[in-house]
Amino acid sequence: MDRLHLGQHISQQFNTELAALTKQVLAMGGLVEAQLATALEAHAARDLRQVAHVVARESEVNAAELEIDARCTQILARRQPAASDLRLVLAVVRMVTNLERIGDEAERIARIAEKLGNGEFAEHYGVKLAQMGSLVRDQLRGTLDAFARMDETSALDWLRRDREVDLLYKELTRLLVELMQRESERVPAALELLWCARALERIGDRCKNIGEQVIYLVRGKDVRHTGLSRSAAPLPDAKS
Amino acid sequence: MSAVEVMPAQLLAGLELALQARGLSLDYADRRALDSVHLQVPSRRVTALIGPSGCGKSSLLRCFNRLNDEIAGCRVGGEILLFGDDVYAGAIAPPELRRRVGMVFQKPNPFPQSIVDNVAFGLRLAGIRSRLELDDRVEAALRATGLWHEVRDRLAASALQLSAGQQQRLVIARALAVEPEVLLMDEPASMLDPISTLRFEELVVALRERYSVLLVTHNMQQAARVADYTAFLHAGRLLEFDTTDHIFTNPRLRETEDYITGRMRETPLR
Repeated sequence: MDRLHLGQHISQQFNTELAALTKQVLAMGGLVEAQLATALEAHAARDLRQVAHVVARESEVNAAELEIDARCTQILARRQPAASDLRLVLAVVRMVTNLERIGDEAERIARIAEKLGNGEFAEHYGVKLAQMGSLVRDQLRGTLDAFARMDETSALDWLRRDREVDLLYKELTRLLVELMQRESERVPAALELLWCARALERIGDRCKNIGEQVIYLVRGKDVRHTGLSRSAAPLPDAKS
Repeated sequence: MSAVEVMPAQLLAGLELALQARGLSLDYADRRALDSVHLQVPSRRVTALIGPSGCGKSSLLRCFNRLNDEIAGCRVGGEILLFGDDVYAGAIAPPELRRRVGMVFQKPNPFPQSIVDNVAFGLRLAGIRSRLELDDRVEAALRATGLWHEVRDRLAASALQLSAGQQQRLVIARALAVEPEVLLMDEPASMLDPISTLRFEELVVALRERYSVLLVTHNMQQAARVADYTAFLHAGRLLEFDTTDHIFTNPRLRETEDYITGRMRETPLR
């Protein structure tokens, strides 16, 4: 875990603060993962109890964001971190914003399940959506795992796998548009499914943002807006 | 370690160099203080020299205006260039060198004289007798350090009555009066209170308009705030030189990172 030697400061107190910070981010990540999983299950089973569960826990996600932000502010003010310590704090602030948004999307997905109620759909829409959901869940778990292990190579792998999510999203969009053209009475429900797919696609993008922060944290290179996820280029050199 | 390994290629391309150390070594009677140091100090920029206690920062600074010459048993090897002139080869006589390369020490060291006499000291030494010229240059130097408005009504008062922060700025005014090209500063703000320190840092940043500044500091935030470039010295060797932004966000070497982030390591250094 300690590839960045975060536990080697002369100040034990600072070591403790940074360890607590990463732990808290991972805990928030775990919570958001659970929210997404529950929302997807709620969808598959049209289970209103699960929907209520997701909605109820959304405030915990928000609280975690505020708490971690406050911790980062304190570290910046009191420690004036530099180099990898500074990058950790900056990366955490950005990752947490993205995690909170993923939480919002999970809630959106859950609420759509509620709206859809027991309306019947041809099976393959549900299958495609479940497929997308499972990809996105893997992506979130893999990206958080890359953060936990400070593994920028693995973060890059997950970043690039977002393409698979995008392709599925496109395909599902096409199918739903065709459905709406064919059967106009299905438009409201098809739109809800489309929102749901859209939410999953957004979560994929958020995971990508988090992965970019893992690379920044470990390599000191800001790879946002560089098209890295769409290219086959290797990671930029760590220290150039 | 050559200059190439220590800093990124092209880092100082196109910049005039005020000072250069080339393969500089310094031996005291019983130990080596500097070992083949290659350092380039760009003109009209602030360069900070950081590193742990005893790493040779002050020794290096003192090589640039030959203050080490007075120490018995001290030997200097390699070259030091001031705007291209070899300092130790006798191209510049030491008094002339020390006019061109001013020095500010940790402890403010005003002479026990009036404020005006402190600033005029070097000018008188240089043979300037005209009262008008002395007054003008004293005022200009005091203005440059932001001290003029604070002391204009008591120029004849003893410099020792000034606060520590004012004394340090007075000492800089004294150095500036003789129109140096380079200012060397050795822990110049470590005796100052936080407000005086900020005022002092403002001054350093303003000085880069006209002077080249090489600043030794233990206060890393200070280096981060005022310096354009930062050099990391460890155990008598210059390990890394880069823009201050780079050193403080993503240093190349683990040794630099450990130092600026306050990490401790048991493993021996390269």
